[in-house]
Amino acid sequence: MNETLPRAAIRAAKTNLVWLALPLIAFAIAVAWILSADPLSGFRNGAPPIENLTFERTVLDDSGLRLLVRAGGSEPMTVAQVQVDDAYWQFTQDPSGPIARGRAAWLNLPFPWMLGEAHAVKVVTNTGATFVHDIAVAVPTPQATTGQLRLQALVGIIVGIVPVAVGLMFYPVLRGVGRDGMAFLLSLTIGLLGFLLVDASAEALELAGEAAAIFQGPVMVVLAGLGSFLLLIAIGRRSGAPAGLALSTYIALGIGLHNLGEGLAIGAAFAAGSAGLGTFLVLGFALHNVTEGIGIAAPILKKRPSIWTFIGLTLLAGGPAVIGMWLGSLATSAQWSALALAVGAGAILQVIIEVGAYLMRQSERGRDVFLTPPVLAGLATGAAFMFVTAALVNI
Amino acid sequence: MGGLAAAGGTAICTSATLGQEQASHAGHAAPAGATTQDPMPAMGHGAMMTVGDVDSAANGFDPTDMLTDWETGTVSTLPDGRTLRTFEMRAEDREIEIAPGIKFPAWTYNGRVPGPALRAKEGERLRIVFRNYASHPHSIHFHGIHAARMDGVPGAGMVDPGDEFIYEFDAKPFGCHLYHCHAMPLRRHIHKGMYGAFVIDPDPERRPEHVDVARSRLLGTPENAGWQELVMVMNAFDTNFDAENEFYAVNTVAHAFMKRPIRIVKGKPVRIYLVNVIEFDPINSFHLHANFFDYYDQGTTLTPTLNRRSHHPVPGTARHSRIHLRRA
Repeated sequence: MNETLPRAAIRAAKTNLVWLALPLIAFAIAVAWILSADPLSGFRNGAPPIENLTFERTVLDDSGLRLLVRAGGSEPMTVAQVQVDDAYWQFTQDPSGPIARGRAAWLNLPFPWMLGEAHAVKVVTNTGATFVHDIAVAVPTPQATTGQLRLQALVGIIVGIVPVAVGLMFYPVLRGVGRDGMAFLLSLTIGLLGFLLVDASAEALELAGEAAAIFQGPVMVVLAGLGSFLLLIAIGRRSGAPAGLALSTYIALGIGLHNLGEGLAIGAAFAAGSAGLGTFLVLGFALHNVTEGIGIAAPILKKRPSIWTFIGLTLLAGGPAVIGMWLGSLATSAQWSALALAVGAGAILQVIIEVGAYLMRQSERGRDVFLTPPVLAGLATGAAFMFVTAALVNI
Repeated sequence: MGGLAAAGGTAICTSATLGQEQASHAGHAAPAGATTQDPMPAMGHGAMMTVGDVDSAANGFDPTDMLTDWETGTVSTLPDGRTLRTFEMRAEDREIEIAPGIKFPAWTYNGRVPGPALRAKEGERLRIVFRNYASHPHSIHFHGIHAARMDGVPGAGMVDPGDEFIYEFDAKPFGCHLYHCHAMPLRRHIHKGMYGAFVIDPDPERRPEHVDVARSRLLGTPENAGWQELVMVMNAFDTNFDAENEFYAVNTVAHAFMKRPIRIVKGKPVRIYLVNVIEFDPINSFHLHANFFDYYDQGTTLTPTLNRRSHHPVPGTARHSRIHLRRA
């Protein structure tokens, strides 16, 4: 009896394996038949292959122009010639030869670009199809030098770390607030996070539109956002709903991920020269982000965290802006910025839910708390403040 | 006219060697920024150039060879003693390489773009046997003077695929003309490659007032042999069909003469038959570096109509004939 049981189990497992393999084998046979017999040849009507080329990065330096292009054709694509400003230019391609679907290659042109002026690059493929890339403002692409990295870190600190630190410095003042004041601050946090959620989602979708089709931008953004949202909810709820310092940490994380995406986008714009990062713009970003610090402080007003906790929260929320600036200006493509922003949006959604739940628990009034004057005022103030200060940075 | 003449410039470089023999040139697919060993440094365009080389053997025609390739047809004598000149022309679809690496689904006369440069003498009877092996209806519409029923427009000499038509008319007036397909839509039929030069030489016997000039323009005479004659068809291609040209050329291949300059014999006058069939643009220019030239509008005169440094022929309708390059 004891011997037959495992044997039966083994037999059952083998049978299962056969049933598992059968559909796979059937599919393999179908693929082999389609490839060999070519039953779809009737659809072949002599139309040229579909071609698509995405410009992912543009580097301008002393040796001229360098462009990273990604092919998205139905067949490997061949770059035959390259025009700059309506004139053909010699170029080299690295790696050379046809570019397979989804693969990228660098095009190097010894083009004497002009500082501060616009140039239009047109790639002509062997079928005569053309793909245009506009360089809105030609500026030297930042190099990974110590000076450059320091400068970008400075910008990242000003737009990411300083405002969060300033917001957290309101902590002693905020400690004295009563229950209504607390409700106002928490809903203020929800309001500003709501703004960030919309802003990050919209920006992620916009960047996703610029990315090569193979990345399926909009779907990728939605999936990455939902994925990060569910993952953070699961982590946060593994031992009950987060409150106090844990909740503050999640808020800081959500804001940090958003700042990473923001930093990538600013860095990329900086590299492309399309956003002259003026002092005004940088200060605008800083002001825009001050409320983030207040939001992080709200759940820990009744605790007594150490100074290191504040430093840690500041770095978690603001630090990623520095990393984003570096990556964005030195080595990123639209799809990676979109992905970072989408992950950030998912994190923000998680924080909105958790802060809302915390607010309900605090008030002991359940859902009705959202209709009380302090909460409504907080939501409106948070969103409105973000909207108004965003006007400073949207040029 | 100066007895000594020479030319130089963008596309033309002086040399003591004869004709359009293959000139060896570095610089095809040159690494970025590299300077090539051009015989004339001044004409260098540096890195502003297409990359690579066109396979003329696969195309079946070569832009340099086409400069001096005249189609004179077959000659016979009519019962009344006049000369009958017969040309065989066929339309066929063909994919050609118009710039290094770029294939264009062309419509051609006799498999080449531009079509053969037809050449006849004033007063001859011309017979053009046109067969259409292509996928669309085509015609040959000759500029010049002929009967309306020989005009090659819809209703007069349009040829369906698989059919044939014989155009017949007298060669007149002398000059530098062109022919093209006049099927509709006209713009598409022209820019797909259906055009060519059509040159009628003056008959010296009918031009006693300028008999020497007329003889110099009549192909086959000793006087004509004292000239270097080049036929240039300025054309362009819209490869992405957006009604703007991606490639401009003389005799189809973009930058061909930048990479392989036209070689001419020093001290021997040059005559260029220039035709402009560029679609989409209102005007295009022709100029020679460091040279002036005599210009014969339409080539229908034996005395220059202009002395110019550069000229701006209007596409399609305008074609200008004879340029005499003199040493400036």
